[in-house]
Amino acid sequence: MEIFFAVLFFGSFLAGLLGSLTGLGGGVIIVPLLTIGMGVDIKYAIGTSLVAVIATSSGAAAAYVKEGITNIRIGMFLEIATTFGAIGGAALAVIAPTHVIAVLFGAVLLYSGLSSFKHRKEEFIQPGNSVRKRSRLAGLLNLAGNYPTPEGQVFYKVYNLGGGFAMMIVAGLLSGLLGIGSGAFKVIAMDSIMKLPFKVSSTTSNFMIGVTAAASAGIYLTRGYIDPVLSMCVVPGVLIGSFIGARKLMKSKTKLLRIIFAVVITLLAFEMIYNGITKAV
Amino acid sequence: MNREADNSGNNKLRIWMSRLLQAGVITSVTIIIAGGILFFIQHPGAHLTYNNFIGEPSRLRHVTIIFRDAFTFRSRAVIQFGILVLIATPVMRVLFSLVDFVITKDWVFVVITGIVISVLLFSLFF
Repeated sequence: MEIFFAVLFFGSFLAGLLGSLTGLGGGVIIVPLLTIGMGVDIKYAIGTSLVAVIATSSGAAAAYVKEGITNIRIGMFLEIATTFGAIGGAALAVIAPTHVIAVLFGAVLLYSGLSSFKHRKEEFIQPGNSVRKRSRLAGLLNLAGNYPTPEGQVFYKVYNLGGGFAMMIVAGLLSGLLGIGSGAFKVIAMDSIMKLPFKVSSTTSNFMIGVTAAASAGIYLTRGYIDPVLSMCVVPGVLIGSFIGARKLMKSKTKLLRIIFAVVITLLAFEMIYNGITKAV
Repeated sequence: MNREADNSGNNKLRIWMSRLLQAGVITSVTIIIAGGILFFIQHPGAHLTYNNFIGEPSRLRHVTIIFRDAFTFRSRAVIQFGILVLIATPVMRVLFSLVDFVITKDWVFVVITGIVISVLLFSLFF
C-alpha cells in the first residue's frame, strides 16, 4: 500500500511538471499511470485525472498569468467552445465502453504527437510575413498580443480564428468524453491553426484546461468517478510539479518544449492504444 | 502602451488573478492533506482496490452531503470538500474576469464570459 501511494505521488509530480511545461494538463500521465501501471479502472482514473488537471492548470496559471505569457482574451473566447464541447462529451461518456475510450484516447494522442513533430519548424516563420489571412474577427475582438521573452516583448497576431474555434469544440468533446483536459488539441489549435507562438499556445491552453475540466468535474463527481483517496495522493504531487514546471517554462527554449511535448504524447499514445486493444480482445 | 500590447491583461488584473488562483490551490491542497491525515487516523491499514469500478457511495457524490460530513470531520468527506474548493478555483477565476470586463466596459467580453459562466454553472448544478 505504501508503494502504491509513493508511486502515485511521484507520478503526479511528473504529471504536474510535464503538464505545466507543455500545456497538456497532466491527464496524459495520470490516466496511463493508474490504468496501465496500477490496474485501476479507467473510470476512477478519469475522475482522478480531472482533479489533477484542474490542479495543474490553476497552479501553473498563477505564474503564467502574472508574467503575462497567457493571452487571457483568447483563452476566454475559446472557452465558449471548450465548455459546450465538454458537457456534450461528458453526456456521451456514460454510454461509451471503456476499452473504446482507451483506444480513442490513444488515437487522439498519436495524432497530436505526430502533428507536433510535423509543425516543429513553424516557430521560425514570422507570423507578420505569412501569406495566410489574418482573422478579421480576431481584430474585432482585439485578440492579438505580446509576451515576454529573454530577448524582450514579442508581438504576435491571430490567424484563422474560426478553424481554431472548431478545433476547440472537438477538444472540449474529448475532454468530457475522456476526462482529460485535452490540452494536446488546444495547443495544436492555437499553435498550428491560429499561428500563436508556442509558449503563448501552451500557457493559454494550460489556462483554459482548468475551466474545461471543471465543466465536466461536477458531472463526474455526481457519477462517483472522483475517489477521495486517489485524489488525495495526486493533488499535492501535481501542484508541486506544476509550480516547478511553470518556473522552468519561462526560462526554457521553445524548441526543447516542443520536443518534450511531441515525445510525451507520442509515447503515451502507443501505450494507451496497446492497452485498449489487449483489453478488448 | 497600445491596444494590442494589452492582451495578457493589465498588470493589476494579472496580479490579482494570479493571487486568486494561488489562494484557491493552496486552500484546497491544505484541506485535502488534512483530510488525508484524518483518513489514515480513522482507517489505519485500509486496503483499497480500484480494479473494478463500483462508484463512490452517495455521500461522497453530492455537494450538500459532502459539506455536512466535512464539518463533522469524516475524512473522505473532508477530502471531497477540498476537491470542491479546487473545482471552484477556475470557476472563481472566470467570475473574476467577468467583473473586470464589466469595470473596463468591455461589453463583448462581458457577453463571452457570461456565456462561459452560464455553461459552467449549468454543468455544476444540474
